[in-house]
Amino acid sequence: MTDPALPPVMNRAAAGVDFDSAEARARLKKRYRAEARFKALGLLAVLVTAAFLGFLLVDILRKGIPSFFEYRATLQITFDPAVVDPKGTRDVADLRGADYQALVRAALQAQFPEATDRRARRALDSMISSGAVDDLRKAVLADPGIIGQTRVMPLLLASDADLFLRQRETLITRLKGSGPLQVQGEGSNITLRNGGAAFRVALAGTKSFLAERRRALLAELATLPPAGGNASVDAKRNELEQAANAIQARITDANAPETLTDREPSLLVSIGGGILKITEIGPNDAKATTLVAPRPGSLITDWSVLTLRVPETNRRVNDAVSAWLETLAQRGMTEKAFNARFFTNGDSREPELAGIRGALIGSALTLLVTLLLCVPIGVAAAIYLEEFAPKNRFTDLLEVNINNLAAVPSIVFGLLGLAVFLNAFNLPRSAPLVGGLVLALLVLPTIIIASRAALKAVPPSIKEAALGIGASHQQAVFHHVLPLAMPGIMTGTIIGMAHALGETAPLLMIGMVAFIVDIPGAITEAATVLPVQIFLWSDLPELAFQSRTAGAIIVLLGFLLVMNAAAVILRRMFERRW
Amino acid sequence: MNETANPPATPETSEGPRAKITARNVNVHYGDKHALKDVSVDVPEKGVMAFIGPSGCGKSTFLRCINRMNDTIPICRVTGDLRMDGRDIYEPGLDPVLLRARVGMVFQKPNPFPKSIYENVAYGPRLHGLARDRTELDEIVLGALKKASLFDEVKDRLKDSGTSLSGGQQQRLCIARAIAVRPEVILMDEPCSALDPIATAKIEELIDELRSNFTIVIVTHSMQQAARVSQRTAFFHLGKLIEDGVTDQIFMNPRQELTRNYITGRFG
Repeated sequence: MTDPALPPVMNRAAAGVDFDSAEARARLKKRYRAEARFKALGLLAVLVTAAFLGFLLVDILRKGIPSFFEYRATLQITFDPAVVDPKGTRDVADLRGADYQALVRAALQAQFPEATDRRARRALDSMISSGAVDDLRKAVLADPGIIGQTRVMPLLLASDADLFLRQRETLITRLKGSGPLQVQGEGSNITLRNGGAAFRVALAGTKSFLAERRRALLAELATLPPAGGNASVDAKRNELEQAANAIQARITDANAPETLTDREPSLLVSIGGGILKITEIGPNDAKATTLVAPRPGSLITDWSVLTLRVPETNRRVNDAVSAWLETLAQRGMTEKAFNARFFTNGDSREPELAGIRGALIGSALTLLVTLLLCVPIGVAAAIYLEEFAPKNRFTDLLEVNINNLAAVPSIVFGLLGLAVFLNAFNLPRSAPLVGGLVLALLVLPTIIIASRAALKAVPPSIKEAALGIGASHQQAVFHHVLPLAMPGIMTGTIIGMAHALGETAPLLMIGMVAFIVDIPGAITEAATVLPVQIFLWSDLPELAFQSRTAGAIIVLLGFLLVMNAAAVILRRMFERRW
Repeated sequence: MNETANPPATPETSEGPRAKITARNVNVHYGDKHALKDVSVDVPEKGVMAFIGPSGCGKSTFLRCINRMNDTIPICRVTGDLRMDGRDIYEPGLDPVLLRARVGMVFQKPNPFPKSIYENVAYGPRLHGLARDRTELDEIVLGALKKASLFDEVKDRLKDSGTSLSGGQQQRLCIARAIAVRPEVILMDEPCSALDPIATAKIEELIDELRSNFTIVIVTHSMQQAARVSQRTAFFHLGKLIEDGVTDQIFMNPRQELTRNYITGRFG
C-alpha cells in the first residue's frame, strides 16, 4: 500500500487529462453534438413510425367504422293473409314458402304509386335486401299472430341503396332555392321558372363539369403521337378534337341552356314532397320530368336543387331509385342502426348480409387446436433443452434449427401442411384441425425460444437453493424454476398466438380460403379465419365490401390488441423480483 | 512458490473429536483446469471448520464436493477418496439427492424462494416426508426458525414473502431452511459476504449456537470471522491445501511460511 512508485503515476495521469485547453473544449463540443444528433435521429425515427401508424389507424377506422352501421327503411308492412298464408292453414311449411317479397313490394308501392311498369317494380325490389325478406319470414314464423296485422318493420336496404344514403355512390349537393318557383304542366312535361340563383348555380356546375371533361379529353389528346403517322391514331385524334370542340361550343356562353343526358351530373328538384328530374336547364327556367309526384300546386316557395355529381350512367343507383331513396329519407322512413348482422352472419355474396361470425369461429377453433398442441409441446421442449438436455453437437444442431425455423417463411409451413396433413394423412381440407396443426408448427419455435429465455432468466441461485435442500434436479425445475418462468412463458405463448391469429399465407395452402357461408361447428368442418376473410373481401370489386374489409380489420386488430395487452398484464401481475 | 509437499493430514483422532468427513487425495478438474490438487483433510464432527484462502484457491470447490453440488457442472470431474462417516460420497450407488438432504448448504447470496417464509422452511421437510401432518410440519418449521433465531422477528408474518425480509434475515431464513431438513453437516459458502456487520454478527452468533448439533464447514474471506467462529481452520492456496489445524494454532503459530504471509496480510 505504501508504494513509493505511486505518486509519479498519479501526477502523470493528472497531467494527461486537461479540461481547459481549446482542444479539450472542441472535444467536449463534438461529444455534445454527437449526442444531440443521436437524440434528434431517434426522435425522428419515432415520429416517422408514429405518423405511419397514425395514418394506418385513421384510414382503417375511417373506412371500417361505417361497416358497423346499416341503413334500413322503416315501412308499414301489411302481413296480408292472402299472400302469407293463402290456404289459411298456418302450416309452418306454407308460411316458410310464402312470397314475402310481395309484402315488401306492396309496402313500397304504397309509397310510390307512380312505379307501375315492370322495370320500375324491379327497381323498387332492388332497393331492399333479400335479408329483409328473410327477416319478415322469421317474424311471421316466430309469431304467426301478426298475420293480418300492419306493422312498421325495419327493412335492410340493399348495399347499393345503402351506399347511396351514405353518399358513397355519388356526392350530393343541395342548393336551397330562393324565391317562388313556378311549376307548369305535369308528368314528363313540366316547366319550372324562377328568378333566383339556384338554377344559375346548377347550370354553372354543369358547365364546369363539361369544362373538366374537355380538359381530360385534351390531356388524352396530348398523350397521342403527332398527326400524320398512323391512320387509326389520326382517327382517334380527330374524334377527341371533335368532342372537345363540341364541349367548347356548349361552355363558351355561360347562360346558354343545357340539355342534360345520363352523361352529365343529374339535377333533381325536390318540391312539395316530390322529386322532379331536370332534362333541360337555363339560367332562369328548366324543363323537368316527374320521378315522385309532388303535392299539387303551381307556386312553391320551399324547394331545392340536388346535384348528383356522378352521371347516371356511371352509377349503380339510377335517378328514379335515387329519388325514391331521397323521398324515403325526407319522409323519415330510413334509419341508421347498429349492424348486428356483421357479427352474427357468415360470409355472403351480398355485402349487406356478409358477416364475420364464420371467420371468428373458424379463427377460434383454429387457435384452440394450435394452443392445445403447441403449449404442452413447446414448453416441454423448452424445459428439456434448457435444463436436461446434454450439451453436445446434436443439441447444438437442434438449437440452431429451432432458431432457423422461427425465420422460415410461413408459406413454407403451408406447403408442409398440404403435403403432410392433407396428402399423406388425408385430413379434411379447409378444416380448422389442419389449420391449427400448421399454425402450431409455425408458432412452436416462437414458444420454445420465449420459454427458454424465460427459464434462463430465473436466477440459478433459486435452483441451487432447492438442490441444496435435497430436491432432485427435476423437482427443483418443476417446483421452483418453472413457476417463476411461467409469466414469461405465458407472454411468449400469447404473442405466438397473436402471431397465429394474424397468419394468412399457410392457411391459403391448405384450402381455408374458400367461400364458406356456414358457421363451422367442429374442427373438421370447412371454415375460414379472420385474416383470410379479410383477404377474400379485399379482392371483391363491390364498394360495400371495401368497408367490410376495413371493419373486419378493426375486429382483428382489436383481438390482437386485447391479446397483447393480456400478455403485458400477465407479465406485470406475476412478475417477481429477487 | 514454496514447493512444500502437502503436509499429511494431521491425525487428530487421539486428541480431537472423531472425523465426520475425511478427504484423501481429492482432485477436481474443470475441463482442462486442475482446480483442486491432492487435498487431504479431516472435518471433525460437531464443530465449525473454516476454509480460508485467497480468491480462486479452490476452497469453495472443495466445499461443493462434499454435497456433490459440483455434479451439476457437466465439465467438472472429481477423483480421489471423499468419505462421510466412512462411506464414500462418490460411490456409484449413492443418490446425490439424498446426500444433499444430509449435507445442507447455505450460499453466498441469500436465496430464499419467492414464496412465504413458512413455505420456504416447509419445502425441505415436505420433500423428504419428515412430517406426517400439518401439526408436525408446523413444529418442524417453527423449531427451525427458532433455531435460526429468526422466529421472534417473523412470527407475525409467516405468510409474507421470504424475499421481503432484510438481507441478514434472508440469510437466517436460508439457514432455517437448511436445518429444517435435519442435516448432519451444514456447508456455508461465504454466508456473510453480502451482509452488513450487524447482520454478520448475528449470523456468527447463530453459527456458534448451531455447532453443538451440527458439523459446520464455512468458507470465508474474512480471517477474523474464521478466527471468531471456527475451532479448526484449513488454508488453501492455488488449489492446494497448505495447512490445517486448530484455529488458534493456525493464526498464532502457523507451520507454513505461506500461511503466515497470508494471515499477516502480505498477499491476498
